[in-house]
Amino acid sequence: MGTSFGRGGATTFQQDLANADCIVIQGSNMAECHPVGFQWVMEAKARGAKVIHVDPRFTRTSALSDLHVPLRAGSDIAFLGGIVNYVLENEKYFREYMLTYTNASTIVNEKFTGADELDGVFSGLDRDERSYDVETWQYDGAEVQAASGKRDQHWNARTRRGVRASARGEAHGSGGAEIGTEPRTDDTLQHPRCVFQILKRHYARYTPEKVEQICGVPREKFLQVCELLTENSGRERTSAFAYAVGWTQHSVGVQYIRTAGILQALLGNIGRPGGGILALRGHASIQGSTDIPTLFNLLPGYIPMPHAHTNLDLPTFVHAESAQKGYWGNMESYLVSLLKAWWGPAATPGNEFCFDYLPRLTGNHSTYETVMAQLNGTCDGYFLMGENPAVGSANAKMQRLGMANLDWLVVRDFSLIESATWWKDGPEIETGELRTEDIATEVFFLPAAAHTEKDGSFTNTQRLLQWHHQAVEPEGDARSDLWFMYHLGHRIREKLAAAADDGTRKETDRERDRPVLELTWDYPTKSSPTRPELEEPEAEAVLAEINGWNSDAEPLSSYEQLKSDGSTACGCWIYCGVYADGTNQAARRKPGTEQNWVANEWAWAWPLNRRILYNRASADPDGRPWSERKAYVWWDAEQEKWTGHDIPDFKATKPPDFEPEEGAKGPDALRGTDAFIMQADGKAWLYVPAGLTDGPLPTHYEPQESPFQNLLYGQQHNPVRQILKHENNRLQPSGDTPGSEIFPYVLTTYRLTEHHTAGGMSRWQPYLSELQPEFFCEVSPELAVERGLEHLGWAHVVSARTVIEARVLVTDRMTPLTVQGRRLHQVGLPYHWGPNGLSTGDAANELASLALDPNTHIQEVKALTCDIRPGRRPRGPDRVEFVRDYQRRAGITEDTGTEV
Amino acid sequence: MTTTHVPATDPAGESGYADHPPRMGFFTDTSVCIGCKACEVACKEWNAVPADGLDLTGMSYDNTVGLGADSWRHVAFIEQRKPMAQQDPGLHHDQDVLAMAEHGSATQPPAAGMTPTTPGSGDDFRWLMASDVCKHCTHAACLDVCPTGSLFRTEFGTVVVQEDICNGCGYCIPACPYGVIDQRKDDGRAWKCTLCYDRLGDGMEPACAKACPTDSIQFGPLDELRERAQQRVEQLHEAGVTDARLYGDDPGDGVGGDGAFFLLFDEPEVYGFPPDPVVTTRDLPRMWRHVATAAATLAAGAAAAFLGGKGR
Repeated sequence: MGTSFGRGGATTFQQDLANADCIVIQGSNMAECHPVGFQWVMEAKARGAKVIHVDPRFTRTSALSDLHVPLRAGSDIAFLGGIVNYVLENEKYFREYMLTYTNASTIVNEKFTGADELDGVFSGLDRDERSYDVETWQYDGAEVQAASGKRDQHWNARTRRGVRASARGEAHGSGGAEIGTEPRTDDTLQHPRCVFQILKRHYARYTPEKVEQICGVPREKFLQVCELLTENSGRERTSAFAYAVGWTQHSVGVQYIRTAGILQALLGNIGRPGGGILALRGHASIQGSTDIPTLFNLLPGYIPMPHAHTNLDLPTFVHAESAQKGYWGNMESYLVSLLKAWWGPAATPGNEFCFDYLPRLTGNHSTYETVMAQLNGTCDGYFLMGENPAVGSANAKMQRLGMANLDWLVVRDFSLIESATWWKDGPEIETGELRTEDIATEVFFLPAAAHTEKDGSFTNTQRLLQWHHQAVEPEGDARSDLWFMYHLGHRIREKLAAAADDGTRKETDRERDRPVLELTWDYPTKSSPTRPELEEPEAEAVLAEINGWNSDAEPLSSYEQLKSDGSTACGCWIYCGVYADGTNQAARRKPGTEQNWVANEWAWAWPLNRRILYNRASADPDGRPWSERKAYVWWDAEQEKWTGHDIPDFKATKPPDFEPEEGAKGPDALRGTDAFIMQADGKAWLYVPAGLTDGPLPTHYEPQESPFQNLLYGQQHNPVRQILKHENNRLQPSGDTPGSEIFPYVLTTYRLTEHHTAGGMSRWQPYLSELQPEFFCEVSPELAVERGLEHLGWAHVVSARTVIEARVLVTDRMTPLTVQGRRLHQVGLPYHWGPNGLSTGDAANELASLALDPNTHIQEVKALTCDIRPGRRPRGPDRVEFVRDYQRRAGITEDTGTEV
Repeated sequence: MTTTHVPATDPAGESGYADHPPRMGFFTDTSVCIGCKACEVACKEWNAVPADGLDLTGMSYDNTVGLGADSWRHVAFIEQRKPMAQQDPGLHHDQDVLAMAEHGSATQPPAAGMTPTTPGSGDDFRWLMASDVCKHCTHAACLDVCPTGSLFRTEFGTVVVQEDICNGCGYCIPACPYGVIDQRKDDGRAWKCTLCYDRLGDGMEPACAKACPTDSIQFGPLDELRERAQQRVEQLHEAGVTDARLYGDDPGDGVGGDGAFFLLFDEPEVYGFPPDPVVTTRDLPRMWRHVATAAATLAAGAAAAFLGGKGR
């Protein structure tokens, strides 16, 4: 989403789904996982919208849809690419929208060669390094920076430091593209290197026949989806997409979402009511956890974390990472304000506002890399806060083995989750692979307060910050995360200060301590009369800091006010305005019945309380609504400003015919028609010239583990997917490779309404546990016959990693598919269970491998292969031997599945 | 289901409430139920109903099985090889799961609760979900037979058990034509949905209706609900969904109409509802008349005998 449109968040809001004429839910089981939001899908249906669910399984979402399209897990790009091809071939795109608001007419530089010519890879692939030199993907005549994603890619070219950096193995190759102000375009769309023509060539092979063979979706059904989607898109009608982790959790996951982005941009469905792409987030505040990130490579507000380049200073960083045009042109203001929020008076122009205090990335430090670091002994300590990786992460055994190699582990949770007890009763204790007395990890369990026991905010799936007030005091030793981090920070600072005072801390270390000692760490605390010892930090004081203030300590109301001279502080520039006027805007509760349907006065959405992003595109180039039916925001010529149902996601006073002055930079360089204001060229990107590691256009690759060869290209997998090689992460053969037949079925994991993710919030709850009391697998009647599985009997499911057992549900909801002329069965496994709690079972994620998307480092758990057999799994050491036997039979070595 | 034009009765008025609010009830529109079971959980949370066991039943996603002392809302899941008008399930099967269960070593279908429950073409499929609840009958047999007055008719026309009065006699259990009210094993008392009588008194809607995300469970004055339900059925019929029908909405039925009624897609039996419920105390007056006649006859006979004896 970020690379396509400029912001890494849903482009619309759930209530707006009610205005859609067609809703495609794919990669999501919305009714089960977002039941509350699904009411708006039902509302749309009641108003006559068509609801399409594309999913391997017939779920509670399918049950309420008009059309359920079962497809092979892991084949979505082929399916969506087929629709792109249909749209282009049949000229079903919204031409005027596409010409104005997308980069369809932009010409790509001549060094670019597409996957259609290179049998599935793009120009610039370095097979030894398993990475792309992305310079060849740039536009002709201009180099643009991405609004999100991998913005360090063009470091060498942009800083002219390629030679020195390349000595350190960081080179991206040639580089040095001419930086022009505007890329070349061809509004006739005839130029062979314009994005439109590249797109056409790239997707020409994604024919209905190929879709049928790859996805197992009959041609007629596929064409029915194409027709419904295109008939319901255009001037008068709009269609929406909703997806969730069914798209993200693949070795080519980002590109799944990109394909939907291309479709929606071609069809003119972005920025308009009833349109958009709704990223349905996995649980409360997952959106918030990337906005103010728990991610290693981002700072708040999607500012990239600096890499460890030589002689990196603030101006160099800003030059390399910001954009010439659009709102990323103001990155320096956002970054300096962040530094002022963190280091306050210590951050001065003289020390570049403590830019050197920020950590520097020396490589990939994602969650799975951290596990590898634990295993090889370079990561000694680990905090688990609201996470249960011993159940919830792919290849859960690796997680436990990593934790067994730590010095210390802190688990903060409601109950004794599996990640807190693996050392005494985990699966490896049973198999004998670990012995409790040999594990040196010191494990601390600290009870956590629930959301009802503390103040705070959730940023939900639609970027909406909603405040929750404490209802009751936490019991016993339970504390909020805010309390924990605040007091932990204080204690660390006290220790460092004491060590400095008594001389036990060396001078060089004291220099290293300064970023911690000089942090602004001064939130007021409160205690209740009944619990005077609590000293709970005021959550609203944190919100005020996130919002930011000026040099007079007055709350800011917009990121447009941020300055790069140190006169403003702001903890997260995209949240600026949430505490405007000193009022907690996220706590607003004006009922929907007392305002218009957009309901801008209910809570607060980033950015600047805009509910549909890029909504300038809801009007035509002249600023008039595309149609009366789909009017949203428009240019009011009399008042000379943008107005409408929502807050315009555009400079309010910039007229539609505005042309920037020569040499204008940042937001001033945006035209009156540049609706995608975060993008370096103001356009939605059909083709992504920068920001992605695995290609400018989504390309169908088979999952890491697949029973099939890639029918579209010689290239089987995403060539730059990330694989973590380890003896406990053996990979299975795919396609025609001998041994592939040992794991003949496709497996996919998912959630149920009745449980929550890895179960920490549900498996200890009697009312929830009794609704889904036990781990089960879902199979079709045909697979049951093939393997002799009995309804409600036991089955064991095997991968190259391990074997697990589950009760069997034989159900018509699972259907066999015909793929490449063969009958394919798929096995469904909900991943909520583990051995602890009231409702127990094996963990499905034990089966998955560490094969990751190279952009997000997210694991591929939505499509792998397996075997399934009746009966329970072996116990004790036999379990390990059983899996080794499978590995031997499939001929698995350390190199299997690791080819580029 | 035919709608007869018998005027709706006024159970609250007939129970002696001179001035009372309109009769309140539930309309459960199963056509928009997504089977999330929020109603079950909200009910248990609000009413402090105990958990009642961790049993995987294999009856699709239904592990509650039915209404009981500890389940006042129950969501049924029915997997059928039947078409749903205007829906394409996209499935294709060449195995008959029912036949499999009969011929294989698997558990027999009735015991396994194996789905789908309706044999049919392997290309047809629909997944019905429906949240069941106490019907709060116009003529409530449970109320009629309760000897302690624990069961009573509220001013909203609903039927509520007062747990501090119930003596656990259990007469109400067999009296219910729907099998709703149930005895809790550990205390012997009878329990069922109160239609959140405590919440209604405070002007709030019942917990299940409040929690229902898609408005499948609608709460309101029964007259309004019946009107709305009729419109919904017509809307569905116009859209080609001719299976849609109402259940329990008819004041002319054997219980005088339900305070909680439903929109269904199939025969009531499919959802576990009796097709033609009759208030079990319907015949009581007639039976008592018979008893009285018999007693009178008996008495007359005795008197005759006496008189005859006397005459002898």
